[in-house]
Amino acid sequence: MGLSNKNKEILIGPLSKNNPVIIQMLGICSALAVTSKLEPSIVMAVSVTAVVAFANVIISLLRNTIPARIRIIVQLVVVAALVTIVSEVLKAFAFDVNKQLSVFVGLIITNCILMGRLEAFALGNGPWESFLDGLGNGLGYGIILVVIGFFRELLGSGILLGFQVIPDVFYQWGYVNNGLMILPPMALIVVAVIIWVHRSGNKNLQEN
Amino acid sequence: MNRDSNIYTILYASVMVVLVAVVLAFTSQSLKSYQNENEENDKRQQILRSINVQVPANEAKDKFNELIKDSFIVNEQGEKIEGDAFDADVVKAFEQHTYPVFIAQTDGQTKYIMALSGAGLWGPLWGYISVNDDRNTIYGADFSHSGETPGLGAEIVLTSFSGQFAGKHLFINGEFKSVEIVKPGKSVAGQDYVDGISGGTITSQGVNKMIFDSMHGYVRFLTSQNQQ
Repeated sequence: MGLSNKNKEILIGPLSKNNPVIIQMLGICSALAVTSKLEPSIVMAVSVTAVVAFANVIISLLRNTIPARIRIIVQLVVVAALVTIVSEVLKAFAFDVNKQLSVFVGLIITNCILMGRLEAFALGNGPWESFLDGLGNGLGYGIILVVIGFFRELLGSGILLGFQVIPDVFYQWGYVNNGLMILPPMALIVVAVIIWVHRSGNKNLQEN
Repeated sequence: MNRDSNIYTILYASVMVVLVAVVLAFTSQSLKSYQNENEENDKRQQILRSINVQVPANEAKDKFNELIKDSFIVNEQGEKIEGDAFDADVVKAFEQHTYPVFIAQTDGQTKYIMALSGAGLWGPLWGYISVNDDRNTIYGADFSHSGETPGLGAEIVLTSFSGQFAGKHLFINGEFKSVEIVKPGKSVAGQDYVDGISGGTITSQGVNKMIFDSMHGYVRFLTSQNQQ
């Protein structure tokens, strides 16, 4: 199925020009917390993408029936149910990663990207567009997480996904892993560097 | 239908909640067996780490059955009582003054593995500690936590911390002394000690107290055989 230009924009926009993390500054909290290694970053990215895409579809399908006064509660229940399912699935099939992510899986519920997309998009658009929007935003968030996780694990521990990538000779020559990369402040600095690189490539995003 | 009426709102909320409850109950039930298996393998990995055996989760069961020859529960007097050591909830068992013991055979030697349970800065701590067949010299230890600070207290899970316990003595001249955890660089007279975690003082103290309190219950079990 080919995508119309509008739908393409819905899907691709959040990856760069309208990225939830580096443009809208949403979901920063979990982007800092789970990215000290690449593997939990990837699992978190997949989890959030699944939750936001399906929550968008469900809310979009229900959008004409939801009573206006309990709109937010309905959205929260849908999100909470999906997050609980994701958490149960991780416990069953990715136990170790789930232990590393600990409370942050549950905290997907409070990820601002989710409520933001449900309120701003799913309530006013059809299920297919909403699905693409959720997918795009989830991936936009995921890309940033994976990039941060990549640099933090590489520079902080010298490994990627548990495999050593920096050869032993480097350590014999005096190279030392930067322990600061493991700590939360460096996540913020890596986000800032990503934003810097991104804006210097997109002149129209720069403020005067 | 009027979407803003009270009746509609209440009905909508009720139906939605019931539906969600059914979906979640179904998910939980259908994944239960996988989750239990993961938890059991995790426990097996912890017990195996306390005798310095590292295995991936999918091999934990075979390795556990191969190395752990016997397991039982003892009371404060060191006597065996009814019960399954592996299924026992350590916190509840300690409250009833019963203590799980696992006996491992590794490299032709007998090791006694005992459970630990205590509290850290943010939540519970637990672990396993193994001793040689003199029932005094520590062979290995493994610690777990539910939510200690990453990079600080959470470092107790690393072998750089737990590895220090090997070769330390629980008893000095037949008297129970436990193993003290001290500030790195400090020392303590009259008993064996290991370095704590810099910046994780309260967690280190928690581990210290956990070892003392937990091992205190095993004293009779450990000494009764020595006298024979």
